[in-house]
Amino acid sequence: MTATHVQQALTRAHHDEWARVVATLTRRFGDLDLAEEAAAEAFATAVEHWPADGVPPNPGAWLTTTANRKAIDRIRREHKRDGKQKEAQMSFGTPPEPPGPVDDDRLRLIFTCCHPALATETRVALTLRMVGGLTVAEIARAFLVQESTMGQRITRAKTKIKAARVPYRVPSAADLPARVPGVLAVLFLIYNEGYLATGPDTDPVRHDLTAEAIRLTRLLRDLLPQDGEVAGLLALMLLTEARSAARLSPDGELIALGEQDRTAWDQAQIAEGHRLVRERLATGEAPGRYQLLAAINAVHTSAPTVADTDWSQVLALYDQLARLDRSRIVALNRAIAVAELDGPQAALALVDALADDLTTYHAYHATRADLLRRLGRGQQSRTAYDRSIALAGNTAEAAHLTRRRDQLARPDEAVAE
Amino acid sequence: MQYLFSVLHDSPSFGTDAEMAAIDVFNDRLQTEGHWVFAGGLGQPDTATVIDNRGEETVITDGPYLESKEYLAGFWIIEAPDLDVALALATEGSKACNRRVEVRPIL
Repeated sequence: MTATHVQQALTRAHHDEWARVVATLTRRFGDLDLAEEAAAEAFATAVEHWPADGVPPNPGAWLTTTANRKAIDRIRREHKRDGKQKEAQMSFGTPPEPPGPVDDDRLRLIFTCCHPALATETRVALTLRMVGGLTVAEIARAFLVQESTMGQRITRAKTKIKAARVPYRVPSAADLPARVPGVLAVLFLIYNEGYLATGPDTDPVRHDLTAEAIRLTRLLRDLLPQDGEVAGLLALMLLTEARSAARLSPDGELIALGEQDRTAWDQAQIAEGHRLVRERLATGEAPGRYQLLAAINAVHTSAPTVADTDWSQVLALYDQLARLDRSRIVALNRAIAVAELDGPQAALALVDALADDLTTYHAYHATRADLLRRLGRGQQSRTAYDRSIALAGNTAEAAHLTRRRDQLARPDEAVAE
Repeated sequence: MQYLFSVLHDSPSFGTDAEMAAIDVFNDRLQTEGHWVFAGGLGQPDTATVIDNRGEETVITDGPYLESKEYLAGFWIIEAPDLDVALALATEGSKACNRRVEVRPIL
């Protein structure tokens, strides 16, 4: 067995088994902190032993057994230190709840990490650590905070879960509809942070985060196959991810959808995304927000060239989305589709109406800049580009907007327009 | 497991008759379903007296320990198996007393 082979087995085991090991131990011992420490120790032991002893035939079972032993060792050590351990360790989760709609420990783990009593940023961090298996250092880097700050955030969350007795269970069928959106929001935040990474020194796309978000959403989809919004979010991520190779120029500039080399799109991801969208359409159930966004992306990725885009279909989907989600950002994106169908003048009127709410949002100014450019109002377009560049947090997006601005006619020529 | 529900308020007004009636209904429910431990409404913060007997001499201070815009107007102590049950009860409690409610575990 080669070293590469062992390394691949370790990586795969970490991907496939981390969440399962943490989840199983959390149910058994009723303690997230203990489960996390024991899982980390078990994986460290694997790194130490597998190269010499070989990869065990069932890596998952090996890791769970090893982690179990590490947890018991730890409890014994603590028991020797102070005699009053038992009570705290069994404080939640035991005796096991009767099986909910879906009986899987990993699903319990996801719902606990995304509990509404935790702040959103805490849910994201805890999900990446406990379910995703990222290290505290990796999570801290992804969100541009100090490792010690991130460590404290995660520790505080674990303490709260234990002290306030956040239950370790999948919500009942009656509560599930209210709780799934919170989990999806966390996964979408992780994806978006990877897709449009912010910060002057950050890579414009963080494939580690987008890949992790897709992996976790796949896991949730396996666990909740009937949930339309879970399928919708997975399709949305896949159809977005499929275009990522065409989305950045070699010198790190964002390439707009209309200018992308469509042959560079990932056809396997597109096919899977389209399959999910069709599957949801076939159910005849009213689509939620993620399913509509996925359907919009399916229209874009079905067009061989930008000129083939079925804009009336895109607009119809945005109309449907705007009825569900009254956010100004949806209205802004809808206006972009209007521009393609009814021209930039009609779209500009819609966009200008959003000024009060979106004045600090870079995409608002970027959209206006583009519409003003198409209307030949160069000077106003330039001002709008300036605003959007100043507000853009993503380096590739700023580079794209700067090039667009610099392509405008010079101010003295603009007078002639 | 027990939880403290702190009722937060920010003006020197007591509950209205309608609020008091809604609180009675909520309290009845807590008792019927076995969640009830104890509850009480508190006097205004300016009725408080602080005693400090940590040192040699007892110091008595007129007024609340913390001067803040928001204060504790009342509380419930309830019994619940976990935070989800406690939060569901606090959601109804907040509606009944028409105030914000902070939920904390009693260790």
